[in-house]
Amino acid sequence: MIEFHAYDLATMLPELFLLGAACAILLIDLFIKPSQRDVTHWLTVAALAITGFLVWRNKLPDGSALDAFNGMFVLDGMATILKLFILLVTLVVCLYGRTYLRDRKLFVGEFYLLLLFATLGMMLLVSAGNMITVYLGLELLTLSQYALVALNRDSASSSEAAIKYFVLGALASGLLLYGMSMIYGATGTLDLAKINVVVGDMVHSGHRTLLAFGLVFLITGIAFKFGAAPFHMWIPDVYQGAPTAMVVFVGSAPKLAAFGMAYRLLEGAMGGMHADWTMMLAVLATLSLAIGNVFAIAQTNLKRLLGYSTISHIGFLLLGFVNGTPSGFAAALFYAISYALMATVAFGVILLLARAGFEAEEIDDFKGLNQRNPWYAGVMAIAMFSLAGVPPLFGFFAKLMVLKAVIDAGQMWLAIVAIVFAIIGLYYYLRVVKVMYFDEPAEDAPLELPADLTFRWALSLNGLALLALGIAWGPLLDWCTRAFVS
Amino acid sequence: MHVPYILSLLIWLPILGAIAVLALGRNANAARWLALAVTLVTLAISIPLWTGYLPLKPGMQFVENLAWIPALKANYALGVDGISIALIVLTAITTVLVVIGSWGPIEERVAQYMAAMLALEGLLIGVFAATDALLFYVFFEGMLIPMFIIIGIWGGPRRVYATLKFFIYTFLGSIFMLVGLIYLRVKVGDFALSSFAHAGLGTREQAWLFFAFLLGFAIKVPMWPVHTWLPDAHVEAPTGGSVVLAAIMLKVGGYGFIRFSLPITPDASQEYAWLVIALSLIAILYIGYVALVQEDMKKLIAYSSIAHMGFVTLGIFIALALVRTHNNAMGARLGIQGAMVQMISHGFVSGAMFSCIGVMYDRLHTRMIRDYGGLVNVMPWFATFFVLFAMANCGLPGTSGFVGEFMVILAAFQDDFWIALLAAFTLIIGAAYTLWLVKRVIFGKVESQKVAKMQDLNVREWIVLGTFAAGVLFVGIYPKPLVSLMDTAVQQIVQNLALAKA
Repeated sequence: MIEFHAYDLATMLPELFLLGAACAILLIDLFIKPSQRDVTHWLTVAALAITGFLVWRNKLPDGSALDAFNGMFVLDGMATILKLFILLVTLVVCLYGRTYLRDRKLFVGEFYLLLLFATLGMMLLVSAGNMITVYLGLELLTLSQYALVALNRDSASSSEAAIKYFVLGALASGLLLYGMSMIYGATGTLDLAKINVVVGDMVHSGHRTLLAFGLVFLITGIAFKFGAAPFHMWIPDVYQGAPTAMVVFVGSAPKLAAFGMAYRLLEGAMGGMHADWTMMLAVLATLSLAIGNVFAIAQTNLKRLLGYSTISHIGFLLLGFVNGTPSGFAAALFYAISYALMATVAFGVILLLARAGFEAEEIDDFKGLNQRNPWYAGVMAIAMFSLAGVPPLFGFFAKLMVLKAVIDAGQMWLAIVAIVFAIIGLYYYLRVVKVMYFDEPAEDAPLELPADLTFRWALSLNGLALLALGIAWGPLLDWCTRAFVS
Repeated sequence: MHVPYILSLLIWLPILGAIAVLALGRNANAARWLALAVTLVTLAISIPLWTGYLPLKPGMQFVENLAWIPALKANYALGVDGISIALIVLTAITTVLVVIGSWGPIEERVAQYMAAMLALEGLLIGVFAATDALLFYVFFEGMLIPMFIIIGIWGGPRRVYATLKFFIYTFLGSIFMLVGLIYLRVKVGDFALSSFAHAGLGTREQAWLFFAFLLGFAIKVPMWPVHTWLPDAHVEAPTGGSVVLAAIMLKVGGYGFIRFSLPITPDASQEYAWLVIALSLIAILYIGYVALVQEDMKKLIAYSSIAHMGFVTLGIFIALALVRTHNNAMGARLGIQGAMVQMISHGFVSGAMFSCIGVMYDRLHTRMIRDYGGLVNVMPWFATFFVLFAMANCGLPGTSGFVGEFMVILAAFQDDFWIALLAAFTLIIGAAYTLWLVKRVIFGKVESQKVAKMQDLNVREWIVLGTFAAGVLFVGIYPKPLVSLMDTAVQQIVQNLALAKA
């Protein structure tokens, strides 16, 4: 019997607020002149910040969880931390994108609304307690993303990227739905927690064929959303083709949401098939590490390079799942957060260098940046060393935790594979540093910085955060660990 | 005098100084003076470290221990024994000299150069002071970043190739070590080096870990055949970079063998000691011959560094063989003492040799031996210093180079006559390549017009070479303070090796 409690609304308050705010901003944006678009910008920033505050206020004590709407919606430690970082990263994306969008006549309300709806989708996704909620959240997120990528409709490459993304994304959604239907057929329920119980029984009694098929499709869908090889084809094209302000978003926050989705579906629903999916993920992780790192070496376009680097980082993140214990998930969550923060810095500097009529997306555009602006060259260098996993930066400790989880699980060979590819990866990150520090600039003029001070401050803070979190990463790790205490 | 948190101060003062230099160093001279001030203060702080150290008390002193990552049981744990103190003081002295030495030659982006040097100093001291494996690793890897920048920006024509090779090569070695460290952490439950030593590892585990450590430290030392990054890095690095690289960074490898390989994997170290001894002998002999044919002075000294560092690894692993197969603790002490004295001595000698080449390079902008000749006629002071350092490089008694090599050879004799004989060949080969270098560069007639116009040392260069000379002679004539500083620590290592014998 379907029951409704008033406190269900309270549990979902941040999402409801964000939905209301998005609708209100949609209306307000209709009535303001294009020259006043800053209003939309700041309203969006405020909406994200307030939602973040509400999420924080709704925080539960460690180890407890709350269901709402008959288990459709789950609030637990992991959901809270993911939502907070999703909101933070999206807010940062807002701040970074403004100048870039204005210069390209893309400074439109749609950008902000799509961003808000995508965020709402992600928040639903990470709190999903039911296959339907998973799918709803996922589609809300990805449809907004397709539109964001296509927002610059006069650009052929951007439209091409959007179509590729859409076609492949739709295929992946279809596969995911197919997998869900199989699991529904096998278990008779869509509720993730109930599926988990039934799956445990079925695996015990040996009825696993249908479940295994369903699992394969689920994993395919998840791998596609992450961009794990061999389902990574869309990533380089979308990263290169889409306007940079959209790529900052596509490349950062949704990875956090994808982590949440993978956890809910794999550990939350298919926990009984643990041995099967860790094996599959190990294969995906190895492939991603190999393809991402090796292909990145050959790139000359920095956005495309970062696209391949994403694939390799997803490989590393998936390694955390291989352990299949709370400490492994905590390591993967920690990794996802670190990756989102690093990616925003890297793309943020690309945005910073871009001007009207000039995209700073070739690696050569960064030549001699240290002579033109030492500060932002330093910020970019921090991001690159951090992505490469050199201590004392944040990225190293994220890798450390994942490696520890892998070794904990007794998978020494996976750890070796991971570090071999990390060495290969080092080369292309160092190449960016080399171009910035060792090459002579093509033009001697100091860098023209965008007038937007919030952007510059946010970017500097974001870069310094990679350094600060490299020294004091304990609290964040603690927080991630506590999210999986049951 | 008691300085609270002296080790943290020694680590963080240069690093904070680096930030200050970057922030305030718009003006090149301001950056230089500020950097000099920071390095001098650091050196001053390192003196109470030596004087306040109780040489007879075993174990780590000046211990600091703060929880860093409670979830991992990784601590911000510092502590030093005689071995670390010697290396820390060497680091502090060398950095002061490097800052003084770079006063004139570095003209572009002075603030960034000085900042990189200061950061490097802090990280190096951190390496020698850390007693927590994770903290050690962070410093160990972190120091690659400033060195990468130093070679890449201020280096020679092929600097980009050299610096990328340097970074990737050393990263390759150490990341396997990282896997080993994580494995140990999973096994024992925290990151303290002292608990790693009591991990109770099986033979197979020890073998794997030994090779992980070997890869990491052998590349740093560097040992043949993983030495190929060093000549490139040295040739392309600016003088200051070469000095730090040769005088201190290479020592991290030897230090790592003493701190990690010996205590944590004693059985595997014993089993594979033959391998390390063989590689060390190859370094001593073969690389010596390679040095002989070099035409580039920096390359010659780089190869000679590899040969000299061969003595360090030889001394360490001979000691192991002595204590565990012959039960000869005295011989083992001699071996490790010799290795340590050799490290300190090589720090002075190689730093001085690279500084000398820098002095010549600043005047003529070439490092080729054939472009020089007859310097003694135009630069008598310089020639005096150069000959002194060359003598130290061949291991002439009375210079620091003799002490370490002699001790190691003496220890080797107690293990195996043939090893000692082969190692002793270095006294011939080393003399051959060094003296031939001296003959071609310093003596003879002045052939070239450019050489005839060369000016003798200025005050700044005098201070640098004079300090190095003082170090070389002090260690050579009266090594006792250095040896007794390290004696307790060495004794303890040997004792632990004997105790750990299964």
